[in-house]
Amino acid sequence: MTDLVLEQAVTFAAQSASLLTFDSFLLSVAAKIAFALGLFFVVPLVGGYMEHKVMARMQHRRGPVEAGPFGSLQLVADGIKFIQKEDIIPRAADKWVFAAAPGVALVPGMLIFLVIPLGPGVFALDLELGLFYALAISSISVLGILMGGWASANKFSLIGGLRAGGQLIAYELPLILAAITVAVQAQTLSLVGIVEAQSTFMLPGTDINVWFVFPQIIGFGIFFIAAMAELSRPPFDMPIADSELVFGYMTEYTGIKFAMFLLTEYGGMIIMSALMVVLYLGGWQLLPGVPLPGCDGAGGLFDCGWLGTLAGVGITLGKIMALVFVMVWLRVAYPRLREDQLQRMAWIVLVPLALLNLAVVTVAKVVF
Amino acid sequence: MSDLSTRERIHPGTAPGEDFHLEIIGDGDFDTAEMSLSIGPAHPATHGVFRIVLDMDGERVIGARPVIGYMHRGFEKLAEYRDFRQIMALVNRHDWLSGFSNELGVALAVEQMLEMEVPDRAQWIRMLIAEWNRVLNHLMFIGSFAIELGAITPMFYAFREREDIQHLLESATGGRLHFTYNQPGGLKIDLPKGFMQQSVDLLAQLRKRTPDFTDLILGNEIFQARTKGVGPLPADVALSYGVTGPTLHATGVPEDSRVTEPYLKYDEVDVHVPLGENGDSFDRFSCLLGRIDASLDIIQQIHDHMPAGPVNQKLPKMVKAPEGSTYVRTENPLGQLGYWLESDGGRTPWRLKMRTPSFSNVQAIPYLLNGVLVPDAVAVLGSVFFVVGDIDR
Repeated sequence: MTDLVLEQAVTFAAQSASLLTFDSFLLSVAAKIAFALGLFFVVPLVGGYMEHKVMARMQHRRGPVEAGPFGSLQLVADGIKFIQKEDIIPRAADKWVFAAAPGVALVPGMLIFLVIPLGPGVFALDLELGLFYALAISSISVLGILMGGWASANKFSLIGGLRAGGQLIAYELPLILAAITVAVQAQTLSLVGIVEAQSTFMLPGTDINVWFVFPQIIGFGIFFIAAMAELSRPPFDMPIADSELVFGYMTEYTGIKFAMFLLTEYGGMIIMSALMVVLYLGGWQLLPGVPLPGCDGAGGLFDCGWLGTLAGVGITLGKIMALVFVMVWLRVAYPRLREDQLQRMAWIVLVPLALLNLAVVTVAKVVF
Repeated sequence: MSDLSTRERIHPGTAPGEDFHLEIIGDGDFDTAEMSLSIGPAHPATHGVFRIVLDMDGERVIGARPVIGYMHRGFEKLAEYRDFRQIMALVNRHDWLSGFSNELGVALAVEQMLEMEVPDRAQWIRMLIAEWNRVLNHLMFIGSFAIELGAITPMFYAFREREDIQHLLESATGGRLHFTYNQPGGLKIDLPKGFMQQSVDLLAQLRKRTPDFTDLILGNEIFQARTKGVGPLPADVALSYGVTGPTLHATGVPEDSRVTEPYLKYDEVDVHVPLGENGDSFDRFSCLLGRIDASLDIIQQIHDHMPAGPVNQKLPKMVKAPEGSTYVRTENPLGQLGYWLESDGGRTPWRLKMRTPSFSNVQAIPYLLNGVLVPDAVAVLGSVFFVVGDIDR
């Protein structure tokens, strides 16, 4: 009996081995935390720098050029500036809630990086419930945003916070429905398992290996739109809407707290892109059915040498950046929707479409 | 008199140590209460120090009160202390986006009182610069309206074209915003060598680039969803408020003083006035875009007509308008600008009354904002084109 429970607990905790697991427990924990934090603080900066430069290029500007080579340290300089700024708490604000809100918004982002696989063995944890964990944790961020909007004692913040609340709740549903469809197809909730399932997924009746984006192009579209709305990225940036609400729920925030909200947004971009890469775009595979150099194991995904591992991480990051590029592109190209139009799109178009997608994929899964 | 205790009473929120009184709305139950939201004077949506107080029920606006006057600089009074040439440097500042057209109004008024004949070339050059100025102005509003709807890129595109036009006008006038190129009886100096060729080149370049704005903004689905049917202004309401310019044309009224009461040589060129149907934000914006093309057409015709000759008249040391009064109206980029000039025969005007388009256009805003949502309120504010300096003067 005890053995069975222990066995279950082991399968619940870890499915495949992480490269960051060492003999010493403390060393493993330290390495995993360093991995997640390092990802959280470095990759969003790269994404942010890319946004600066790409937006500039699309708008006949040059973007940052002064700080560091080609302005690449601009965001670091911005961070230092934010730390030095005066930390203002409005007199009418609910001080504790106001101060806690950026943290509540930020920390879930860090926690999600624990389960995101970047390459063969390059992940902190491979939870059996990885997808469920990621989606559940990401929903906590909205609490921080609502707290910030409410506690600022500012009408613009209040409207922004409530808009954010309504928007995130509305888009959680299509997001989760799209993700569930992938889980149904992969027959697992483990993120590593989903990548593995994609390497062995054949188009029905043929032996052509494809990623889940091909059978589930609709689900991918729904997930992408919902992720943009979750992140309040333009054209869905109504909670911030600088021309209407000054800066929405962030209006009263200054200094490091403001920076934390910004980092939440950029971290969120990376997280959502990483989830899309894992769920739909085949994780660390370069092309469908092509194994990485030096890898074998299931579908040529595991048991890699250092070259294959590095290549896998590079491929994942490259795909993430490509998706971030698309997000930036949309920001440059489109005006902002209205909140009621957004809600209508969520409830009338995306949710039924996601349900239909789920039904079709489930039936197809049983039939083939 | 100005000790701290008095100040504390005036601004209870700013004095440290004093109890802060929160405004509690509703009675703590689940009743909803109305909320007033003060947008401005410093707010990203108002491009200037324009303030508007919205009474709101949730996100729906149930009343709007524009509060103007934060930028009152007393131009009408200042004009009474400047002679007729100095006024040019004054009036191009109240609507800083259409400086040349403002100067033109005063110059025409003074010339009318003096019964002065202005050389042909001066009139054609005035038209040329005025139309370039109109394009300059409209490009600015294309960018700012898009920014209010959340699209950041058109602003940069518009400013690229604006930079080229400003460069051209700078070569003739020396100014980028405040040209001060007119004087009673003509222009200060003739155009520099090569100006006409540059103007022709720039026209060709703009003709190539203006379709970008149509594609990027007018054809965008989100833009259409945000503006079609938003803030419709019926023609009779617009006329009763004295709304003019593209905001009036969007309602289908073709009133344009270049056509109905031509000044300069506007009767010798074809002036196309683009019209809308519903008077909503979309129509207002498409009229604005159409006016750019119409202005480019006029510029093309001016290029073909430009005569040779002098550009000004020899003026006495002190220009003195004879006793009497006159009213001149010109079609400014934002609407009709009127100057009522009254002189007692002295070296300065006795009274210069301005009828500025922005002031009249803004009067329609409370009507337009009734019952719209906050995002639509911004779409309406951005499409009733105004310059704050032109409202407050």
